[in-house]
Amino acid sequence: MSTVRSSIAALLPRRSDLRRQRLRSAWLFLLPMLVVLTAVAGWPLVRTIYFGFTDASLTNIEGARWIGIGNYFSVLSLPSGATLYDGLLVDPAWWRAVWNTVRFTVVSVTLETIFGMIVALVLNAEFKGRAVVRAAVLIPWAIPTIVSAKMWTWMLNDQFGIINDMLLGLGLIGQKIAWTASPDTAMIAVVIVDVWKTTPFMALLILAGLQMIPGDIYEAAEIDGVHPLKVFWKITLPLIRPALVVAVIFRGLDSLRVFDLIYVLTPNNLQTKSMSVYAREFLFDFDKFGYGSAASTLLFLTIALMTIACIAVGRVSVSGEAR
Amino acid sequence: MRDQIKEFEERTGHTVNIVAMPSSSSEQFGQYRLWLAARNTDIDVYRVDIIWAPQLASQLLNLTETTADIIGQHFPSIVESQTVDGKLVALPFFTDAPALYYRKDLLEKYGASVPETWDEMAATAKMVMDKEREAGNPDMWGFVFQGKAYEGLTCDALEWIASSGGGQIVEADGTISINNPDAAAAIERAKGWVGTISPPGMLAYGEEESRGVWQIGNSVFMRNWPYAYALGNEGHSAIKGKFDVTTLPIGKEGSRSAATLGGWSLAIPKFVKDPEAAVELVKFLASPEQQKVRALVAGNLPTIKSLYGDAEIAEKLPIIPLWEAVFQNAVPRPAAATKLKYNEVSNNFWTAVHKTLSGEGTAADNLTALEIQLTRLKGTAW
Repeated sequence: MSTVRSSIAALLPRRSDLRRQRLRSAWLFLLPMLVVLTAVAGWPLVRTIYFGFTDASLTNIEGARWIGIGNYFSVLSLPSGATLYDGLLVDPAWWRAVWNTVRFTVVSVTLETIFGMIVALVLNAEFKGRAVVRAAVLIPWAIPTIVSAKMWTWMLNDQFGIINDMLLGLGLIGQKIAWTASPDTAMIAVVIVDVWKTTPFMALLILAGLQMIPGDIYEAAEIDGVHPLKVFWKITLPLIRPALVVAVIFRGLDSLRVFDLIYVLTPNNLQTKSMSVYAREFLFDFDKFGYGSAASTLLFLTIALMTIACIAVGRVSVSGEAR
Repeated sequence: MRDQIKEFEERTGHTVNIVAMPSSSSEQFGQYRLWLAARNTDIDVYRVDIIWAPQLASQLLNLTETTADIIGQHFPSIVESQTVDGKLVALPFFTDAPALYYRKDLLEKYGASVPETWDEMAATAKMVMDKEREAGNPDMWGFVFQGKAYEGLTCDALEWIASSGGGQIVEADGTISINNPDAAAAIERAKGWVGTISPPGMLAYGEEESRGVWQIGNSVFMRNWPYAYALGNEGHSAIKGKFDVTTLPIGKEGSRSAATLGGWSLAIPKFVKDPEAAVELVKFLASPEQQKVRALVAGNLPTIKSLYGDAEIAEKLPIIPLWEAVFQNAVPRPAAATKLKYNEVSNNFWTAVHKTLSGEGTAADNLTALEIQLTRLKGTAW
């Protein structure tokens, strides 16, 4: 026993030397990335959080004064004796923006997952010209959002838009719909464009997952005469689940900070204003840099919490499957 | 614009690059604010909306002395609006006051007269629109304006309200006057147009979208700025020679027609690298000769008094001499009274109007909520 221990003790320093050396070189390789990340992501984030506690304005950013949590919540006593609550946490416009963003995220990510899955299953099948179709499907994803949003603005225009023209021609609608203007359809229009644009991204990630599944499992299922639907639910879906979870998290985070699409398609519409649009308005239009920074900080916190929640849920279900 | 710049380059040897900006003035403002705050030295001359002077003044060069020799040519009221704390921060470039455009051919065809009140306008629009639709044009509408949630809606709604005796949102002395029955009635009246004489998509239209519907001949009336006059009479326009302009309607007997005062000025940022060249360019573009060119090619109203007597302008663009009286009586937006907070005031106002127009709450309720918002925003003083 003691000999074993001493031999381990003799081995340890040498091993940990190697370990230390490896660790050192690992850190060395990581260093450039860490420096860049701190400079382009960490520092601005810290600055934004700091400005959220000040009354900074763009015209006088050096003169920012610390006001504590005033941007988030403050109580004002009016000379008349009435009390007034102010700040982000009691601003109905902010909560409306939060609700809009969450609603947009849930609806569009769900639709994108379903359509992405269908597209991926089709593209995974063997057929002639598959390479061309795969490339063609990616086109909406390759177009910059600003360009596609502007393009859709014209297509969705109520008077000379092609969408209304086609729907009228097919007899599906009786009169022209004001897609981006009407409060009932503004959000639908935004979701349509987002689904059109990001379904290829979903499809691509799911397709990658599909191609990881070994073909012999399907052969075995075929020999056993399992119904194709059952194959999908019992084999395909569980096996691509990790890829699917990653894809959904990516898309979810992306759409929580949605800005460009809404800003171009339905600027300033109450029904579609997202958290980012709200924050930008205060940062630049209203010259309340501090207040806007507070909104950005809350947006960051929301996204961080959602990410943690998603990862936790994703892991639980994956391990649940393993059992 | 490019021809004018070329002339300037040839005359002075300086090089000028034009940077294209988004068409929405709210977006331009956001970009300007960002550039000015970042002390960007790439831009030497900004074209600024007249309402921005109080908000951007702290970042702009004082032009009082360098333009002292020519400032007397401009209308004093416009110069006054560009002067903040005794400093002239922007040189007037052109001015703007909207008009009611009407299809004289259609009014004649159906024997209607040019409307004087908003209600007359709506009735005529409905009558002509219905008959034109029966005659085989299903895309015909009665009236197009700017209903998108942006600065343009503030202008439009201010006109409806001011011409109905409902005040100017925030008065010159800083009093918040918006929550009154006349203002609420004026907005409710406009709500009645949406979907009846105006396309429902109106709620997403800016100036250019409404001009799009108008210029292909699909509207009887349009509220727009004078720039649309020159464009409407261009070569391939469907309504060339078929329209005319008049002052905007009034709300009821006894009230006055109200046109929102618009216009653009030229400003130089404080930290400009070559202030002399920048001043030279600004003075060149705002000179009587160049303003005349702008008037003739783009229909921009000059800010120089003498040009309103110019024979060539009167012949080619009769709207301009006619408009001298209109813009002199124009209603200013409450930019001076609300100072740095104007943008937020305007945003709150257009949001309340847009909400009403799209059917979310009544005008009275939304204006009450707006009054609370503005009172909170004002705090102890603007």
